[in-house]
Amino acid sequence: MTDVVIAGMGQTEVGEHWDIGLRDLAFGAIQEAVQDSGGLKPRALFVGNMLAPNLSNQAHLGALIADYAGLAGIEAVTVEAAGASGGAALRQGYLAIASGMVDVALVAGVEKFTDQLGSGVEAALSTAGDSDFEAVQGMTPTGQAALLMRRYMHEYQVPGNGFAGFALTAHANGAGNKNAMFQKAIQLEAYTKAEMVSEPLNMFDIAPNADGAAALVLTRRELVPPGFAHPLVMIAGSASASDMLALHDRKDILQFDTARLSAGRAMKQAGITPGQVSFFEYHDMFSIYAALQLEAVGYAIKGQGWKLAAEGAIGLKGRIPCATMGGLKARGFPGGACGVYQAVEAAAQLRGQAGTNQIGDAQYGLIQSLGGPAATAVSHILQKLD
Amino acid sequence: MATPQPHFPTLLKPARPVGIIGYGAYVPRYRLPAREVARVWTGGKGGLPIKEKAVPGLDEDVITMSIEAARNAMKRAQIDPAELRAVWVGSESHPYAVKPTSTVVAEAIGAVPNTQAADWEFACKAGTEALVAAMGLVGSGMGHYAMAIGMDTAQGKPGDALEYTAGAGGGAYILGPAEESLAIINASYSYVTDTPDFWRRENQKYPEHGMRFTGEPAYFKHITEAATHLMEASGTTSQDYKWAVFHQPNAKFPQRVASGLGFSMEQIQPGLLVPVIGNTYAGAAMIGLTATLDIAQPGDRILVVSFGSGAGSDAFDILVTDKIAARAGLATQTQEYIARRTEIDYATYARYRGKLQMK
Repeated sequence: MTDVVIAGMGQTEVGEHWDIGLRDLAFGAIQEAVQDSGGLKPRALFVGNMLAPNLSNQAHLGALIADYAGLAGIEAVTVEAAGASGGAALRQGYLAIASGMVDVALVAGVEKFTDQLGSGVEAALSTAGDSDFEAVQGMTPTGQAALLMRRYMHEYQVPGNGFAGFALTAHANGAGNKNAMFQKAIQLEAYTKAEMVSEPLNMFDIAPNADGAAALVLTRRELVPPGFAHPLVMIAGSASASDMLALHDRKDILQFDTARLSAGRAMKQAGITPGQVSFFEYHDMFSIYAALQLEAVGYAIKGQGWKLAAEGAIGLKGRIPCATMGGLKARGFPGGACGVYQAVEAAAQLRGQAGTNQIGDAQYGLIQSLGGPAATAVSHILQKLD
Repeated sequence: MATPQPHFPTLLKPARPVGIIGYGAYVPRYRLPAREVARVWTGGKGGLPIKEKAVPGLDEDVITMSIEAARNAMKRAQIDPAELRAVWVGSESHPYAVKPTSTVVAEAIGAVPNTQAADWEFACKAGTEALVAAMGLVGSGMGHYAMAIGMDTAQGKPGDALEYTAGAGGGAYILGPAEESLAIINASYSYVTDTPDFWRRENQKYPEHGMRFTGEPAYFKHITEAATHLMEASGTTSQDYKWAVFHQPNAKFPQRVASGLGFSMEQIQPGLLVPVIGNTYAGAAMIGLTATLDIAQPGDRILVVSFGSGAGSDAFDILVTDKIAARAGLATQTQEYIARRTEIDYATYARYRGKLQMK
């Protein structure tokens, strides 16, 4: 199959961009990505976005952003899979190049939360669940995660601060990412003193909603001009999987099947095992999600994922570094842009451009983007090319 | 949102110098501790933005409270009320939507009928906007004396973050020629943009707010810009001011904005009343200044910066004269009102503030 490479990448700072609209956010990231690619001309645009129709009364982002970026005329669509929208858009871009139908594809993730107040945002986020059976009862994503975490702690006898390591690692890594929403390391005491949001989830178990945009320029390996400015990063594996939307329909709520299936397929395509992955960008929307993903991918047996964080195995120098640029917790959760941020951050690691957060000898990065409690999971393996 | 550059000249400076010839404060006696609000709404959990807030009694409103403050200002000014050519009241809790507060106040203090009277509305800076207008009236020579009042009985939706802080109180000022003043207002500067951070629409009982949007793009931006432009145009720095007063919706915001502008906690301490009386909205910067004038000495320079949602800030550069010594003691001091304190519980507060639906 065709080798698909990341030729350019860009991102905006993640945070509360009160005075920057959707199109400007997206354009900021696109401009940087196209420039980074040495000026390749995109022929298709795949926008990852979750909530613009709800929060900004704006659908049809493909045409809107293509036009605003000066690309009117090209193919342009929005890809939506709740929190996994960014990963899903990346996969569509990958498929377009891999199929040979498109030479240069632009993948742009963008989300704008600050157009609405908190209650409106929570209601919008709840549309990721099963509207008829969950959201209508008042079940929010945070409520779902609290149920999972409570059950997990009960089943596996996790102590009170058992999940602290996820937040501590994320914030420590956020300190080295100039685009992160939170760039300050925290101590255990901050975690233990944090207010409960939905017991047992406290404030530090939850990633903050934030505005942001990230973009990638994808192309076929042979189209990269000789003397290209950056080390090349290839998409060696790409897979997506779906599960029942409602938690109560699942056989085992503490098993993220989509995370297992999509990661397994992506690694199989890349021809690697979990042990060969240099780092893992998980979707730590809630710390319990991170634990369940570590188990699903195969880094821990069931019920033991939290221990990797508690034992420091997910730190930059640990056995399996995770959230290397802060993850969702410290970099922030810019909704449908998240999966694209993960790819930009992983590509930076593989290019050797991760600054103080650089992982030694990074060869393969696994990135995984989740929609809801893993009703969708999109996984990609990024590989450094020599 | 582009940052507009002020057109030359930046400062508002009256044709003839003006100043404060009298001032007065008023704070109702009842206090609702913030922990009471937390007890009822959060089971006592969570941080408290202030210690307690002042609550008006059953027979008090912005009219009666304005009259109290106006009378205190008259005691210090020692002038014939008939000489007041304006009585202006800024508030976001005028008792009537149509029919002025200011005519009742003017009548009560004997300023009618040869006077201007009107109510001002600009969220929490309605009072200081009236003060700027009074500078213009006196500074132009059209009137010898003018009164500007900022007074509120602020509304907070039950259970909302604002219910902890929405307090009651304010201050009244009589402006006149600088040579008669206990404090000269050297200049003012206002910074205003269309920023929807906090509002209450017609016929709504309680205001709404844009949550975190009320911070950086609203409060901090406007106060910082107004203060910075005023000081730059005046050729001053934070070191030139003995005291500073900033609008105070909670205890944290004014301390943070002060620190960002280079002011110490000592400089803002006398005017930082929000921890013990709550956010008095249109009265907040005004009563912060009365408390500061109560302890000020001749030669002290004071920076005052208000903030009103919607949004804007008025900044004032004030210089205390030697007339302060004889006049500060002529009326009840702000701290005396604060010390006059009767604690109430949430149920009594709910009754006093009409939060129980009776029919």
